[in-house]
Amino acid sequence: MVYEFDWSSIPGALPFLWDGMKISLEITLTAIVVGIVWGTLLAMMRLSSVKPLSLFAAGYVNLFRAVPLVMVLLWFFLIVPKFIEQAFSLPPGTDLRLTSAMIGFALFESAYYSEIIRAGIQSVPKGQMAACQALGMTYGQAMRLVILPQAFRNMVPLLLTQGIILFQDTSLVYVSALADFFGAAYKVGDRDGRLVELLLFAGLVYFVLCFAASMLVKHLQKKYHPA
Amino acid sequence: MNYQWNWGVFLQPTAAGDDIYLGWMLSGLQMTVMLSLSAWLIALLLGAVIGVLRTVPNRFLSGLAATYVELFRNVPLLVQLFIWYFVLPELVPASLGDAYKQSHPVFQQFLAAMVCLGLFTSARVAEQVRSGINALPRGQKNAGLALGFSLPQVYRHVLLPMAFRLIVPPLTSEFLNIFKNSAVCSTIGLLELAAQGRQLVDYTAQPYESFIAVTVAYVAINIIVMTLMKKLEDKVRVPGYMGGK
Repeated sequence: MVYEFDWSSIPGALPFLWDGMKISLEITLTAIVVGIVWGTLLAMMRLSSVKPLSLFAAGYVNLFRAVPLVMVLLWFFLIVPKFIEQAFSLPPGTDLRLTSAMIGFALFESAYYSEIIRAGIQSVPKGQMAACQALGMTYGQAMRLVILPQAFRNMVPLLLTQGIILFQDTSLVYVSALADFFGAAYKVGDRDGRLVELLLFAGLVYFVLCFAASMLVKHLQKKYHPA
Repeated sequence: MNYQWNWGVFLQPTAAGDDIYLGWMLSGLQMTVMLSLSAWLIALLLGAVIGVLRTVPNRFLSGLAATYVELFRNVPLLVQLFIWYFVLPELVPASLGDAYKQSHPVFQQFLAAMVCLGLFTSARVAEQVRSGINALPRGQKNAGLALGFSLPQVYRHVLLPMAFRLIVPPLTSEFLNIFKNSAVCSTIGLLELAAQGRQLVDYTAQPYESFIAVTVAYVAINIIVMTLMKKLEDKVRVPGYMGGK
């Protein structure tokens, strides 16, 4: 007996799957933007000579990097709704899973982004900072105008690659039954008894998107940093 | 918020009455460690083979290895896990699929999780092995060949011993990742650490104690692995290289 494929439930489900994909992309983009901003601040704190700041940043980064993403998401699905309901006096039971997921991913990813950015800042020669100070710039001016622009140029491929990993990781919101792209595919497959086809389809879509994105990153890298 | 803390919950007997809740946590921890170590064994062996194939002067073999790596790197772990667990048993010959489906549920979950994590990580290990081999000066391979070694001998006696010593730090982080990624396997019902934590919440309504305990356990695993790997790193460090003495 050979398995008989039946792909007929996919075309009708495409709008639903697309809604799911929009949720995946929304979480990915929020986490990338917040992650890079907060990650930059963390990296600067970690490199700062003010002890409490560097200790806080080191603790934050090491904690988030030691705990599985699944666990971080479970924490945020537990805490964030309670916190927001109280802060904005929303009726209990408001669906805050998407908000929780976004906050969780953003705070989790910023730990990883901060490590990439720290390495990027450290890759800028020390003389640059000394030259800025000799020219009379403050620390903030030197960072903003000289160090960070150079650091970010070196980091673009790594930041983008981390974005691809992040997009793949968004599938883990499955633990909260949120219908992102993977969640939507699973629901359709479960409903129609066509889990085999829908899971293979989801895998294919992720593969095509991520493979294309990683090829694009490689292309950019060659264009701007011909080795 | 008026949350009732109760750390004594771990010593209470479970609803089923067969154990205390601490026992659940420990069995989850044991499952996480067993799963991660066995998957790591697969990842290391397979990753070494694929990594070597990516560097051999044979377009077909290196292309095959590159395809393998891209395939496992560009599909989310969760999707891969569901494909191993739900899809593959349907696609293999019926006798094999039926034998799998009639085996013990925990065995089914463990097997799918182990193979999935092992292969997923092997693609990452392969990339590290490849970069380790490529980091060696070209002269090493040529010198080996000039001395009359065959290509497999050059890999076995010259390139791989050096490459593996160079890539211990990135392998450490892959080793840490496998413990963290094993938490994904709670989604197919495997009762590892994260799943036991969630189960405890369902039974006792003490989410904070349970999640704190699970989080601390993962941090502890992290610290233990890092300490052990640091020892190994110091031992195998190659003098004269960055990070060497």
